[in-house]
Amino acid sequence: MSTHVLPSPGKAPAPRKDRRVGGGLLDPEQMIRSLPDALAKLNPVTMWRNPVMFTVEIGAVFTTALAIADPSWFAWAIVVWLWLTVIFANLAEAVAEGRGKAQAATLRAAKRDTTARRLRSRDDRTRWDLIGASELQQGDHVIVEAGETVPGDGDVIDGIASVDESAITGESAPVIRESGGDRSAVTGGTKVLSDQIIVRITQKPGESFVDRMIALVEGANRQKTPNEIALNILLAALTIIFLVATATMQPLAIFSKAVNPGVPDSLALTDDGVTGIVLVSLVVCLIPTTIGALLSAIGIAGMDRLVQRNVLAMSGRAVEAAGDVSTLLLDKTGTITLGNRQASEFVPVNGITERELAEAAQLSSLADETPEGRSIVVHAKQAYGLRERRPGELAHAAWVPFTAQTRMSGVDLDGREIRKGAATAVMKWVRDTGGHPTDEVGHLVDGISASGGTPLVVAEKGRVLGVVHLKDVVKEGMRERFDEMRRMGIRTIMITGDNPLTAKAIADEAGVDDFLAEATPEDKLALIRKEQKGGRLVAMTGDGTNDAPALAQSDVGVAMNTGTSAAKEAGNMVDLDSNPTKLIEIVQIGKQMLITRGALTTFSIANDIAKYFAIIPAMFAAVHPGLDALNIMRLAGPQSAILAAVIFNALVIIALIPLALRGVRYRPSSASKLLSRNLYVYGLGGIVVPFIGIKLIDLLIQFLPGMS
Amino acid sequence: MPPTLAGILFIASLLLALALCHKPLGDYMYRVYTGAKHNAVERVIYRLVGVQPDGEQRWGVYARSVLAFSLISILFLYALQRLQNHLYLSLGMQPVEPALAWNTAVSFVTNTNWQAYSGESTMGHLVQTAGLAVQNFVSAAVGMAVAITVVRGFARTKTDMLGNFWVDLVRGTIRILLPISFVAALVLTAGGAIQTFADHSTWTTLAGGHQTFTPGAVASQEAIKDLGTNGGGIFNVNSAHPFENPTSWTNWLEIFLLLVIAFSLPRTFGRMVGDHRQGYAIVAVMGSIAVISIGLTNWAELSAGGTVPQAIGAALEGREARFGTSNSAMFASATTLTSTGSVDSFHDSYTALGGGMLIFNMLLGEVAPGGAGAGLYGILILAVITVFVAGLMVGRTPEYLGKKIGAREIKLASLYFLITPTLVLLGTAAAMATEAGRSAMLNSGPHGLSELLYAYTSASNNNGSAFAGVSVNTTFHNTTLGLCMAFGRFVPIVPALALAGSLARQAPVPASAGTLPTHRPQFVGMVVGVTIILVALTFLPALALGPLAEGIH
Repeated sequence: MSTHVLPSPGKAPAPRKDRRVGGGLLDPEQMIRSLPDALAKLNPVTMWRNPVMFTVEIGAVFTTALAIADPSWFAWAIVVWLWLTVIFANLAEAVAEGRGKAQAATLRAAKRDTTARRLRSRDDRTRWDLIGASELQQGDHVIVEAGETVPGDGDVIDGIASVDESAITGESAPVIRESGGDRSAVTGGTKVLSDQIIVRITQKPGESFVDRMIALVEGANRQKTPNEIALNILLAALTIIFLVATATMQPLAIFSKAVNPGVPDSLALTDDGVTGIVLVSLVVCLIPTTIGALLSAIGIAGMDRLVQRNVLAMSGRAVEAAGDVSTLLLDKTGTITLGNRQASEFVPVNGITERELAEAAQLSSLADETPEGRSIVVHAKQAYGLRERRPGELAHAAWVPFTAQTRMSGVDLDGREIRKGAATAVMKWVRDTGGHPTDEVGHLVDGISASGGTPLVVAEKGRVLGVVHLKDVVKEGMRERFDEMRRMGIRTIMITGDNPLTAKAIADEAGVDDFLAEATPEDKLALIRKEQKGGRLVAMTGDGTNDAPALAQSDVGVAMNTGTSAAKEAGNMVDLDSNPTKLIEIVQIGKQMLITRGALTTFSIANDIAKYFAIIPAMFAAVHPGLDALNIMRLAGPQSAILAAVIFNALVIIALIPLALRGVRYRPSSASKLLSRNLYVYGLGGIVVPFIGIKLIDLLIQFLPGMS
Repeated sequence: MPPTLAGILFIASLLLALALCHKPLGDYMYRVYTGAKHNAVERVIYRLVGVQPDGEQRWGVYARSVLAFSLISILFLYALQRLQNHLYLSLGMQPVEPALAWNTAVSFVTNTNWQAYSGESTMGHLVQTAGLAVQNFVSAAVGMAVAITVVRGFARTKTDMLGNFWVDLVRGTIRILLPISFVAALVLTAGGAIQTFADHSTWTTLAGGHQTFTPGAVASQEAIKDLGTNGGGIFNVNSAHPFENPTSWTNWLEIFLLLVIAFSLPRTFGRMVGDHRQGYAIVAVMGSIAVISIGLTNWAELSAGGTVPQAIGAALEGREARFGTSNSAMFASATTLTSTGSVDSFHDSYTALGGGMLIFNMLLGEVAPGGAGAGLYGILILAVITVFVAGLMVGRTPEYLGKKIGAREIKLASLYFLITPTLVLLGTAAAMATEAGRSAMLNSGPHGLSELLYAYTSASNNNGSAFAGVSVNTTFHNTTLGLCMAFGRFVPIVPALALAGSLARQAPVPASAGTLPTHRPQFVGMVVGVTIILVALTFLPALALGPLAEGIH
């Protein structure tokens, strides 16, 4: 498995307190900009895909015809607000899409028409043809130099270069791309800043990463996700029920009017039953328009929220699956621990003080640029206040750099020879220089190894000074995050190439639920299959080519953008920041999307209660005065009551667009607690809010002409 | 003892008895439906009808078996009525009219037992015992078989096989319904119900007059009529007749019988899915709705307005004096909360709101606790819908008992809950919109509307009780009500079984802290809420023009 060093900063990003994307959500300008799109969506050919709003549109057409045939202030007011209801729904979708379109425009800029230098033979850098990037085929080899734009997606097969990927990732710091490792993938549209590389193109023409990104964020091929389809079916069923309930009311209404011959005709009820205008109003108020209007916006916004966190989901299905994940596989290195082991303790032997040991260790590590070496210098400084000296400060020092052969580094200074390195190498050096390491050192070294750490021995010519304890440092806040996961019912499994002993020590410290030690790619794949067999959904991150099978097998596979093309191809999401910890956020976004749907469905249905209390007395109090008791809002009159309900129904869509776009507030907690909270807010709120809203609207509109 | 206290004791003792039976009867039914062995009688039956009892069926085959069995039953029952004058024990009764014969055949096969005729003056002994009484057993057994199969859908994993309809049918009849109703019939006879094949007999009434009527195997019919949530009595006035339901304690026993299977099946469900708590949650949903409904009905009846009821403290018109207002209300609630439809009082005489509650009970889809079997699968489908919306609110693709509720499941569940309300509303509207329908109405105004609404609600939900006040024995009503009964019974069974098939195929999803718990009071409250709100929203316009218009002043 891969254990490369991530280019991202070593510290885990602090968990965001507020996971909402703030600002500009109810930006009127954005609404106005989306208005033409919203109007274009009135086309029945597109409308019918949304059965709820299509029903409203048919109702709007029908009432328009009725109002033309028999005009009244009341009729026209209803007609206008019914059309507004449909337009508001379309606006929600258009605004959600608009946010993606802005993103797509930025991406298109990266996809400038570039040219490519295609090599005639991959071994000969001198002979190439200049062709348009769009003409490149899979398997072509191109040469790219500093200052040039990479013409297409591919793998570096020769050379190393620093690349500016800001056009894709938004991250301005350049990254290193080199042949033969897990950092070989380059993306079309990125810019080479230094050196020269040869790239083998892996994309088909027109199917580059950027092309796919543009299609994704624009929602061009957006397909309904399984849960969205299921919810749509339920909403369609509710629509049918309410259509039947309203249509079959008519003979009952005619009968009721006929047995009360003294009651005069009104705008709501005549001898022919409830008027068409009122009947349509009732249907529109009852069918779940709120969720029907916002459903697709919720899905688009869910993808969009991922994009804003620099994650590209290749399908909405994957985002939804993220909410269902019950097992999270996390690589130890770079995800749970900082990329490298760090010095945590100096253990002196032979009567040396800790401070002396620290000083010697620091001196011997000054010229050691490996992260382990740096950590010794830093730890000596932090724990003992030893100033870090620049190698240049010590004029007479002879530096001994670390090599794979000697497995030691050190310094010869003022007659002292200090070495630091792997236990066996340093002990051998001590014996060679005439010393006799005591058993104490051996015990120390074994003890540190057993606890999962790495021992480095520090020695002076002829004698051992002590041992430096290097250990994996778990990133800050990881334990809290894993506790959070546990509360959400998600099991975390740490994957590491370490031996079981080391793995267990780190697993315990980080607070993960389980670990897989000495993991090979096959082990990883087997683990995923085992979890899936038990009915669990598995999420993982990966970057190396050998991660590809596991990424493909997992339900949510997040490939790091720094990884190989094979890994990116196999996963169903790509994290442009290459931050493996983001998997946790992805899961939360998936959950948030589902919760938003459920909450707005509940809200939508709960709203109906108040609307009935407005409309039923408005229709029938004339024939059955007793029913006026249901007019608990004391609305001014039948017309204003019905219109107020219709207006509320339309306005609530606009009012909830921001909620649909940013998602309902989500705090990781148990299912029961989440449900209680959401029921309280959206269920109870859904019952109460319309009573207040309809009353307020009625207070305003009762003075309009035609309302009394 | 003050009447209120007596009423409370009556209801409380019933609830206690049901609670005591819940576990043993539920466990017994679990063993009946999951046991591997066939007894001697059953083996003879399987050999006679040529069924291989150890082979299991896919949902489609199971559904076809249910439908085929029911279709043959309808044809047989129709023929029996039309030809009764040529057969034995006809008591000289004439052949039943075609529309009425169709209506009655459908009515008994669908476990509705809507009776557009007077039993004592229309049906001979043969039709009563070989036709109607047999259907009282098997129609209930069909409902229970379907319920058990739906439960198997939740309980089984990665299989297409859902059990064997013929085995479920035979076992339900022979091992559950027959023994219990045998004992119940003996007890009822002890209480004064009659059991005879005598011809006409003449009795001297209290007023000293003479009354001639046709007796019959009343006690045995009475037992299964209630136990199987059927409701079709030998006598026109049903359980209000002193020979069907002689005393206050036989009244108690009859209410107990009509509730006991439906309230015990959730235990069977809990055992089959391997988690008793799930069963308790379902029975808690049923119980909560039932208690609310019984309470409200009692309140409406005991606080009735009007001069006479005010003077005597309650609405007594249409009740048997030996039962009184509260016990009658209890019977009426129980009969409409289940799909029984037997009556010991005249529902048309209930107060507008009390009668409205009885309609509402049926509109709930009869799930609290509902008909034998039908109540359980009805409430499970409502639970599926609740889980779907609630499950989303915990941020996961909804799942119930480890099974995911996806597009296919919600489609089938939606289809199920669309059917009955549509039938009720279309039926009522058709009757109100046509002269043929309206001409049968004996009352006008909102009460007349309620009477028609009640009739179509009762038929579509396979209840069978009548509000009366409508001359339902007309070609129009016999035909349309027959259609409502047939569609209301068999159309929902198909998606229910298909849902079971779809669930059984799934691999189970293990529960975690992120899974919506479906055994807590929270979930119970949600199912109760969803059930009541969905029904209220669907039927409020109709209820507003009927019971509410009449009842609110």
